Amino acid sequence: MAAHDVIVIGAGHNGLVTAAYLAKAGRRVLVLERRESIGGAAVTEELMPGFRVSSLADGPGYLSARVRRDLKVESRVEILASDSVAFCPQPDGSQLTIWRDQARTIEEIARFSRADAEAYPGFVELMSRIGDVLGALMEMTPPDLPEVGMQDLRGGLGLFGPLRRLGRKRIGDLLRVLPMPAEDLLSEFFESPVVKAAIGASAMLGISFGPREAGTAYTFLANWAQSGNGLFRSAGVVKGGMGALTEALGDAARGFGAEIRTGTPVEKALVRDDRVVGVKLADGEELEARVVVSNADPRTTFEQLLEPHTLDASFTRNLRAIKYRGSSVRVHLAVRELPEFSALAGGDAAALRGPIQIAPSLDYVQRAFDCTKYGRCSENPYLDVLIPTLSDPDLAPEGQHVVSITARYAPYALRSGSWATHRDTFADVVVGTLAEYAPGIRETILHRHVLAPTDLESTYGLPEGNPNHGEMTLDQFFHMRPIPGYARYRTPISGMYLCGAGTHPGGGVTGIPGHNAAREILADAK
Amino acid sequence: MPRVTPLHSRVGPLCQGSRWEEWSGFLTATMYELDHLHEYNAIRTGCGLFDVSPLLKYDIRGRDAVTLMNRVIVRDAKKCRIGQVLYTTWCDDDGKVIDDGTVSRLADDHFRLTAAVPALHWLQHNAIGLEATVEDVSEQIAAVSIQGPTSRDLLAKLTNADLPNLRFFHCTQADVAGADAWISRTGYTGDLGYEVFVEPQNAVKLWDAMMELGDSYQMRPAGTVALDLARVEAGLLLIDADFISAAQTMFDVQKTSPYDLGLAWMVDLEKDFFIGQRALREEKEKGSRWLTVGLELDVTVMEKFYAEWGMPLHLPDRTWAEAVPVFADAAQTKHIGRGTSGTWSPVLKKYVVIARLRPEHAKPGNKIFIEEVIEAVSYSVPATVVKMPFFDPPRKKAWGAEAK
Ligand SMILES: Cc1cc2nc3c(=O)[nH]c(=O)nc-3n(C[C@H](O)[C@H](O)[C@H](O)COP(=O)(O)OP(=O)(O)OC[C@H]3O[C@@H](n4cnc5c(N)ncnc54)[C@H](O)[C@@H]3O)c2cc1C
Repeated sequence: MAAHDVIVIGAGHNGLVTAAYLAKAGRRVLVLERRESIGGAAVTEELMPGFRVSSLADGPGYLSARVRRDLKVESRVEILASDSVAFCPQPDGSQLTIWRDQARTIEEIARFSRADAEAYPGFVELMSRIGDVLGALMEMTPPDLPEVGMQDLRGGLGLFGPLRRLGRKRIGDLLRVLPMPAEDLLSEFFESPVVKAAIGASAMLGISFGPREAGTAYTFLANWAQSGNGLFRSAGVVKGGMGALTEALGDAARGFGAEIRTGTPVEKALVRDDRVVGVKLADGEELEARVVVSNADPRTTFEQLLEPHTLDASFTRNLRAIKYRGSSVRVHLAVRELPEFSALAGGDAAALRGPIQIAPSLDYVQRAFDCTKYGRCSENPYLDVLIPTLSDPDLAPEGQHVVSITARYAPYALRSGSWATHRDTFADVVVGTLAEYAPGIRETILHRHVLAPTDLESTYGLPEGNPNHGEMTLDQFFHMRPIPGYARYRTPISGMYLCGAGTHPGGGVTGIPGHNAAREILADAK
Repeated sequence: MPRVTPLHSRVGPLCQGSRWEEWSGFLTATMYELDHLHEYNAIRTGCGLFDVSPLLKYDIRGRDAVTLMNRVIVRDAKKCRIGQVLYTTWCDDDGKVIDDGTVSRLADDHFRLTAAVPALHWLQHNAIGLEATVEDVSEQIAAVSIQGPTSRDLLAKLTNADLPNLRFFHCTQADVAGADAWISRTGYTGDLGYEVFVEPQNAVKLWDAMMELGDSYQMRPAGTVALDLARVEAGLLLIDADFISAAQTMFDVQKTSPYDLGLAWMVDLEKDFFIGQRALREEKEKGSRWLTVGLELDVTVMEKFYAEWGMPLHLPDRTWAEAVPVFADAAQTKHIGRGTSGTWSPVLKKYVVIARLRPEHAKPGNKIFIEEVIEAVSYSVPATVVKMPFFDPPRKKAWGAEAK
């Protein structure tokens, strides 16, 4: 008999969540991770001597409440919330901070527009309602759409239950809003460019689109649905960095009996007569299991772990059509002292504990995006900055800080040159941009570590540097994620499943794909 | 605007009535004289020379070329030896035929596929994960086809190839009329015949050399009408006549599997994965909707029907290709399929039809009825199910000592 019932390929957070749930249900689970550490895109690494950073993801807020509860995450790791949700310094030296506290936020907004301040509560209310519905849809297994019908209706109104809750009028709102550009949606409520950017920019963090592109309202709402704080984005950090969160998930899985092996790349899933029978490791060892779950993205799973020429032509056509195209560069700075933002002079330093957004207007973000259409990096990038050491000083030597920046937009596929040469040029632009808001920062930099889209691909296994195993756009969501007809975590190979960000509801450290996949695997075993 | 082939300077002036049709975007002669029967007779008694340059041709090369071929076609490309040619279909995921054509193995890692409908995208798309390149070489290679009993002797005058030992559905590289060529013992007539592939700049030289010898071998240039007649006698299917490409219709009822088309012999369910394999396995188990077979019509009865109108028997002198209803009974109450192409066969002196019938009515010897409309009145002509090919002369496959 095989030593394991289930093999999970990849110890990203979703693989760990799947492993934990399956182990909890009594399955003998083995997790195989290519890298030396677990966590995938949610890791803490000492990228600069003495400075530990959340290499890619750094915001833990999206982790689903259910996963937190079921896997007792909070008892294993400390999540440090931030009162500030977005600190937005402006070129003219002013600033807008969005706080979790609505009254405080309204005061801030009023400095830019009274009308916007008045509109804010109603906006939050409506978005939260729609977000709740999307949130409920995210937790379910999508139907196979061409076949949607009686079965889904009988299944306790699976699909329509959440929509019903919204009421007839708001279903209309939802359908109208989803395909819109985020900018249009925000302009229906707000007039100030500063306010619109403060609220809307972060929706562009994970997609290669600007806020004027159709469908970005969906991305905006999807973020809202998962932020966990009733707002457009989450804020806060994990004590010990994001790696501590995935270590906690790993502990949960081990606690239920799962085994995790790192430094163990899987070369192939082994298939006999359209059924998975185990995996072959890069070192040639073969391990048996009746269920194999891939935490790798769909392209890697179907083109590398499986033999694509044994898959149906319509399937491979859809597989090829999945859009990845990442456009983020991560720049980590080790700084001698806390950067001073001119816009904050005399203000509440707590504003710096949350995300710092260098995005004075949505036009600015759109222009930053426009370059990528032509394969160029933005010269005035939109920056999302976090100083985790303000909440978690242990990450750096005493008194010193980590400044982690997600810089946009910088396309994976450059029209000219390569990332080997652009990496530092673009990082210079990023630091230069930041220095316009925090003038002394350059002189305080001790180390700099830059991760280009190609590094995201080669080091972290994210094809084309896409953070979400495929773009989170309207055409790649729900029953279309990753491939129409295969959105239910199953694959054409029986016994083989997907559990990563490439599946519904997508990327972010939510744990929902992992949770949903485990649910489907257990359902199939019945 | 259709374009002209590399042989236009030769076939153009020969085409007396300018009776052109379009084939893959090129002008092609339907007949050179004002009637096609001389050309047909040449195919069966001397030989016919065709300009088949418009044929779509794709080169598949690379380490995984055989895997790509095997993913696409229903036959086992692994079993195809170098110098062998396979007639095959390729299907969609549902096992419905997209097209048919030939696959020649030119080297271990080099196949050439001929097709009726463009296949570049399909082949390229299906090369996913494979080390194989696909190139459309349709316009880089001109081709003539020489078909008929004297074709070997004529061609032998022009080449160093060992023609008697070149077997049916095999090919070889050789010098022909001073040019590098591939000779393939294939064709669309069910007769002894060869297709000769050369670079376009050598096409005219090849044609002229053949024409020069032509009179001694009763050779004539021949067009598509004569070819279409010969192919029905040979029981060879034609796209858009005997089936519709699954890629060109949206309606399932119009799609056909290789089993429906009577091509069960070519479907290798045991080989490595191919597109449509799962569906065809299922179909094999459950049974097919159709079976394609031959019909021989009872022309004596037909003659009587015409006599009712005071007319002599009327027989088609060329192939018709349209859906003609077939019934189990003369009263036409039980519809069991359709004729898809048919003709009077001059060589057999029989009225033959390719038909797609419900399998239970498709056994050889079974008597059925096919509609014949005379003066807008529908008649039921008795017909007998027969095996195809209708016409299958031993010379088609003869080789070695038999080929002298
Ligand atoms: C710059 C950046 C910033 C981000 N910021 C945030 C954020 O602040 N908050 C947030 O919620 N999300 C954020 N995200 C998104 C989030 O990090 C990812 O969507 C999420 O971590 C994906 O998790 P996953 O488990 O599905 O896949 P991954 O984390 O990618 O895990 C897949 C795992 O599979 C392993 N693997 C792949 N192939 C093999 C193989 N053959 N054998 C063995 N193992 C294999 C990989 O090594 C990897 O560990 C960010 C992403 C990026 C890139």
